[in-house]
Amino acid sequence: MSEQESTPSIRLPDPARLVVSNSPHMRSGENISRIMFTVVAAMLPACAVGIWFFGLAAVWVLLACTVSCVVFEEGWNKLNKRPSTWKDGSAIITGILLGMNLNAGTPWWVCVIGAFLAIILAKQLFGGLGYNPFNPALVARVGLLIGLPELMTTWNPTHAMVSTLGAADAVSAATPLAMAPGKVEVLQMLIGNTKGCLGETSAIALLIGGAVLLIFKLIKWQVPVAFIGSVAVITGIMHAIDPTTYHSPVVHILSGGLLLGAFFMATDMVTSPMTRKGAIIFGLGCGIMTSVIRLWGSYPEGVSFSILFMNALTPLIDRMTVQKPFGYVAPEKGKVA
Amino acid sequence: MSDKPRKFKGGVHPSDSKALSASCAIQDAPLLDKYVVIMHQNIGAPPQLLVKKGDVVKKGQLLAKAGGFVSVPLHAPTSGTVSAIDKCPGPTGISVPAIHIDADGEDEWGSPFEPIANWQNCPAGELRQRVWDAGIVGMGGAGFPAHVKLSPPEGKEIDTLILNGAECEPYLTADHRLMLEQAEDVVLGAAILARILGLESAVIGIEENKPDAIAKLEEVAGKYHVRVQPLPVNYPQGAEKQLIYAITGREVPVGKLPMDVKCVVQNVASAVAVADAVVKGIPSIERVTTVTGRPVKTPGNWRFRIGTPIAKALELAGGITEQPAKLLLGGPMMGIAQSSLGVTVMKNTSGILLISSDEVSLYSSEPCIRCGRCVEVCPMSILPATISQAVENKRFDWAQELNVQACIECGSCSYVCPSHRPLNQHFKWAKVEIASKLRRRND
Repeated sequence: MSEQESTPSIRLPDPARLVVSNSPHMRSGENISRIMFTVVAAMLPACAVGIWFFGLAAVWVLLACTVSCVVFEEGWNKLNKRPSTWKDGSAIITGILLGMNLNAGTPWWVCVIGAFLAIILAKQLFGGLGYNPFNPALVARVGLLIGLPELMTTWNPTHAMVSTLGAADAVSAATPLAMAPGKVEVLQMLIGNTKGCLGETSAIALLIGGAVLLIFKLIKWQVPVAFIGSVAVITGIMHAIDPTTYHSPVVHILSGGLLLGAFFMATDMVTSPMTRKGAIIFGLGCGIMTSVIRLWGSYPEGVSFSILFMNALTPLIDRMTVQKPFGYVAPEKGKVA
Repeated sequence: MSDKPRKFKGGVHPSDSKALSASCAIQDAPLLDKYVVIMHQNIGAPPQLLVKKGDVVKKGQLLAKAGGFVSVPLHAPTSGTVSAIDKCPGPTGISVPAIHIDADGEDEWGSPFEPIANWQNCPAGELRQRVWDAGIVGMGGAGFPAHVKLSPPEGKEIDTLILNGAECEPYLTADHRLMLEQAEDVVLGAAILARILGLESAVIGIEENKPDAIAKLEEVAGKYHVRVQPLPVNYPQGAEKQLIYAITGREVPVGKLPMDVKCVVQNVASAVAVADAVVKGIPSIERVTTVTGRPVKTPGNWRFRIGTPIAKALELAGGITEQPAKLLLGGPMMGIAQSSLGVTVMKNTSGILLISSDEVSLYSSEPCIRCGRCVEVCPMSILPATISQAVENKRFDWAQELNVQACIECGSCSYVCPSHRPLNQHFKWAKVEIASKLRRRND
């Protein structure tokens, strides 16, 4: 009877085509690719400066690393009959990060080995994106450093250095951390006209990228602040005690992979703690380890080792920093949960 | 008590889409020739049926009596004949018992309650009994019997009555319109509720995005010592625990009730129902519901009789302009998706919402990238990502250790998750598993 009364022109939903699923029925629209490609954008300034100073050699390294990372990622997916994942952007980030962590003159086959270490060994064998305990690009860097120490500690001079110092002196020039304290040109380090990995030399470009990450809330500020802050304090104390042996904290912050590590690698969501409190502990741990290795260790650089070490501690830090829920009441003693 | 509300930790800011219906005045839905009153509309025990097929009922007549203390009676939405006691599609997708009434078109009152005009001198117990007799539940969505909250056990002192007018769910405007158009009734209901609790005053918490309703309430609030508290717009501001915190700064302990921090919270629509029941003697047989969504031709707010089929409500709103992806009872954050148009308006149906296919989230979930956004937005400060992984591995003991029971299912975590993980769903599952484990242990 009621059907007859309803006006036929009024259209009602077809129940057979209604989707039933759990609430919430709205999503923010955020997705993994958008996060990853924003990170890629944040890395571009440092890459651009690297290309400016080291030339085409830097382009080839970045390309070789990125392409081989994507190829390994997709090859693994094909081999295991898994859906394609390269479009989520994570393999591209790993590739670019790996390239940024290499000398501009690195041979292509070293890039391919690095990509294999990063994508297959450090990421896919652990279950792929989200399940890797260690930062893939850093695993590759450290793996190459241990396996090919010669290649990994030879640095191309920048074009600017070649034209001012002459080819021979530019090639034999030391990286800032290997120089004697007091002889380092801070201005050149700020802009990136110095020896080092192609993506880590320009402090200004890295800071711009870091600012992008912070503005888009893709990293927790606690990580870089605790990391860089603790390096500044520790190296500052040592520099005050003995300025002839130890570099000033400014040199320490601007040199090597510290800024790259603090903004782009220690902040990797997958391999760092989830809570703000955990992020502070993580950053402090990275900073202390880096300082100790740099000041007293046998390697001049310690950023990669310290981040990997703290990656290993991340599950533990997460457990230590479980926050108390709103309205938390401590369980009664002796009561079995 | 300060005038500045506290900001609870976390929360999200979905686009509210309230403009679709916020300016639409409440219209009385025309009388239908058939109503289907779902029997069990309240949290707690189902009511006990008093009528049978063929019975002639008058408007407001008792159809079922309370089935216990945590239960409420049901009343006939109009006069007519009980045509069947049969199943009808329920809000959770399972068929539920319902009373089918063929209206006689007279809409003739039976013997309604005696109005209590002089309620200010009426004993609190009598007023409380009236709230129970009128079948009033939490109309914001929970459907918890109102009289139970008004009956604090011996030794539990209550010092604050809060009316929940936050309406933080996107799209919904029913409470907004009610506060704007019936501000006097809201305040009157607040005053009656305060009297039942032995309090001198009450606070109405309302999100700042409803300035017209705030102004209107403030005009009339002074009459009964009711204070209007504007609240920052932050979902889930209207969640009971977050609302209490914002207004009093007190945290309701996990697993406890508002009365454990001396508070009682009632929805503004429930307060109007209380005013109607006491002053006019009308039981809970109607409510204001927002019918909205982008596929809806003419969204608006209607006063529906309880038992109005969803299809009829949608017809009143002009039907649809495109096939929606989802039909929801309630708002987009906590509403329940429906698979049938046969569900009927219940006492807690705050909204009938159609979601178009381009705004609905039909993603497949991806692995957690541990970005921590869920942790940032969780108003209960639990670790959604970690709990979700525990649940995925069926580690319900671990989920329990991580306080999954504290979850209020507001959905903020799922809302922000870039991997589109079914976080809220995992927590509901975990809670069911933990509860059944407890039951097994107690058996």
